[in-house]
Amino acid sequence: MPNDDSILLSLTGFSKAFAGFVALDHVDFTLRRGEIHALLGENGAGKSTLIKTMTGVVARDAGTMRLDGVEIAPRSAAEATRMGIATVYQEVNLAPNLSVAQNLFLGRQPTRLGLVREREMRRRAEDLLAGFGLSIDVAAPLESYSVAIQHIVAIARAVDQSARVLILDEPTASLDAHEVEVLFGVMRQLAARGIGIVFVTHFLDQVYAICDRITVLRNGRLAGSAPVAELPRLDLVRMMLGRELSAATAQRPPRAPATDAAPLAAFESFGKAGTVAPFDLTLRPGHVVGLAGLLGSGRTETVRLVFGADRADCGRAEVGGQAVVIASPREAMRLGFGYCPEERKTEGIVAELTVRENIVLALQARRGAMHPLSRREQDEIAAKFIRLLDIRPPDPERPIGLLSGGNQQKALLARWLATAPRLLILDEPTRGIDVGAHAEIIGLIRDLCAEGMALLVVSSELEEIVTYADEVIVLRDRAHVAQLTGEAISVPAILAAIAEAPADAA
Amino acid sequence: MTRSLNRLMPVFATTAVFLAGFVLCSLAYPNFASLRVVMNLLTDNAFLGIVAVGMTFVIISGGIDLSVGSVIGFTTVFLALAIERWGVPPLAAFAIILIICAAFGAAMGAVIQYFELPPFIVTLAGMFLARGVSFLMSTESIPVDAALYSHLSDYAIRLSGGARLTVPAMIMLAVVGAGMVLLHLTRFGANVYALGGSRTATALMGINVARTTVLIYTLSSVLAGLSGIVFSLYTSSGYSLSAVGVELDAIAAVVIGGTLLSGGYGFVFGSFLGVLIQGLIQTYISFDGTLSSWWAKIATGLLLFAFIAFQQITLYMARRSRLRPAGVAQGVLQP
Repeated sequence: MPNDDSILLSLTGFSKAFAGFVALDHVDFTLRRGEIHALLGENGAGKSTLIKTMTGVVARDAGTMRLDGVEIAPRSAAEATRMGIATVYQEVNLAPNLSVAQNLFLGRQPTRLGLVREREMRRRAEDLLAGFGLSIDVAAPLESYSVAIQHIVAIARAVDQSARVLILDEPTASLDAHEVEVLFGVMRQLAARGIGIVFVTHFLDQVYAICDRITVLRNGRLAGSAPVAELPRLDLVRMMLGRELSAATAQRPPRAPATDAAPLAAFESFGKAGTVAPFDLTLRPGHVVGLAGLLGSGRTETVRLVFGADRADCGRAEVGGQAVVIASPREAMRLGFGYCPEERKTEGIVAELTVRENIVLALQARRGAMHPLSRREQDEIAAKFIRLLDIRPPDPERPIGLLSGGNQQKALLARWLATAPRLLILDEPTRGIDVGAHAEIIGLIRDLCAEGMALLVVSSELEEIVTYADEVIVLRDRAHVAQLTGEAISVPAILAAIAEAPADAA
Repeated sequence: MTRSLNRLMPVFATTAVFLAGFVLCSLAYPNFASLRVVMNLLTDNAFLGIVAVGMTFVIISGGIDLSVGSVIGFTTVFLALAIERWGVPPLAAFAIILIICAAFGAAMGAVIQYFELPPFIVTLAGMFLARGVSFLMSTESIPVDAALYSHLSDYAIRLSGGARLTVPAMIMLAVVGAGMVLLHLTRFGANVYALGGSRTATALMGINVARTTVLIYTLSSVLAGLSGIVFSLYTSSGYSLSAVGVELDAIAAVVIGGTLLSGGYGFVFGSFLGVLIQGLIQTYISFDGTLSSWWAKIATGLLLFAFIAFQQITLYMARRSRLRPAGVAQGVLQP
């Protein structure tokens, strides 16, 4: 194998640690000529670290890289590009205000006596893009074109700079189905020319539609690498989530049959184009609905729509039997909704404020600035929840940034519980907290449910979802694809639903 | 084609405002519509036109240069002292001051680039520094009697109707022309636009961002120095309080000329028109004779508001039309 002529790029023993945290642990990766190679993995699996170390954006701690048999060690993205490894990111890294032609040739425009030969440059740009099936006004600013065209321009620039390896980092995340097809056409054509393509995506359907080979990373390690034909969907999902068959038998604790309480909120054909396909969702008091799926499958997008953080463009919403329009989080809060976001650090806590201030934030926001909570009321609320949720250390005046992840999460929960919500949305409530705190948060979820609150929980921890959910909705590629209730909820059933190929795909 | 024409919209608007203003002035004062008035407009605003060209580069790159007014003041004082007190030949003094200015601008650009400081703060410091040094050198106005000065101020190309194309006006027109070539027709110019569009993307495209940034501020300071030379010729003196607030006039001219303060868009010719519009208002007031000259500031302020509103509206419209779900269908031959 190592002497195989078809091997274009080979990485061996790539390792990288950030401040003690191992992001990449002896990862090997092989890319062949003319191959489209999917690089997959959940959040924190090490995909982006691998790409950054490959392209010299981040220095690697160990490992060797050979391109066409020659050992290389680029120290910057520009150097990697010169050596023949180009990257096109999800965020198009071109100058939006410059013309398409200038973007294609910036820094290497044809010149005569120091002046750019505009006409010659445009002609070359048109020729170059024609090779990608694109016939556009190259004198127009890049930003006047759709993201798909901008991606193709970025790819054209990279390929024209004699790229032999092209890394596409989630290029399809903001494209619609037709645009994805156009991009795939370009990718196939480049592969036919012998260029090796590394394709990072969250969409499994796209992997099976275009890729030749799959490499999966998990927790910074190589989880496996195989030709697409030898890796069925279910095995791929298992590989990504790291579930062995033995582990996939988490027991569902016996519980009282779900009550048929009147729905608190019902959503019908609710959705937003380009975000998540229209879905139906019913939330009842004392009922936990879990949202399961891979990263980028539309779980967070679903809860953001429900909470009004993004505005749905189709469908109806009813709360307590009354039709409502949820246009903003403020309105959602007025309806009695609460939302603990996934990105605790950026969207949730205000690190400099104290635990007390963080806890009363949502309640104060709902009352409005004209009705301030007195200091005594604040103290009472903070003390109550610190006791109830066992937040440690039990000091309401401590800046919340100094607390552990699990305690920050509890304080965030307390913030919403203080508003006495009827519906509480939790996005990855157990992410990034230690095992002990996991159990406590799950216990809390059960208690809240028993008190008659409706819960909508997003989680990647399938075992956890199975233990507390009354209903599990499985998402794939930005659509709700399966609904499991009662006894049907199990880890294998969820895995199967995630992996199931859509009817119209091969 | 229409996509490319949209970018020129602000310049067309500025041109229209200038022409409309000129017609209005001519209707009010029949003497106004003469070559002589136009030539005086060029001469009187030559120093402002020169700095505005440099400011255009800086603002398009996403920066700002608040030091230019002080650099002009410093230049006039330095020239007066060098020529009158230290006996330096005027041409040598010109060369020396341009080199000093280049070093000053390069230093500011380097500080902005390598210490990752906002241009506003760095050039504000540069502004105090340059003004302070000129006060240190002299607090009084020093007349310059060098022969070259009187020759240069007498020299002019005589046109019909007693109009004179003076040396300052010629220098400004040359700078505007050279600025247009540099910004619109060279790789450096494209890099300036790219910086204003996206700094990170420009770096990822392999452009030497540090070199470009340093060059931009060097250019701005050199042009401020050249403007100081013109100012010194125009007033035949050096004074540490000269050209106070000119940086703001230059910024106003650039913005009226259609350049976005956030960077990425703009034209040298627009800034030139912006300078002429400010000059036109000033000329109108002097023709009128009864109006306070502060009305020029008020009119400039109103124009600035109008142009910023105009830019925001066109930007908004452009974004809205872009948001139309056009997809790749447009412009794609074979998917």
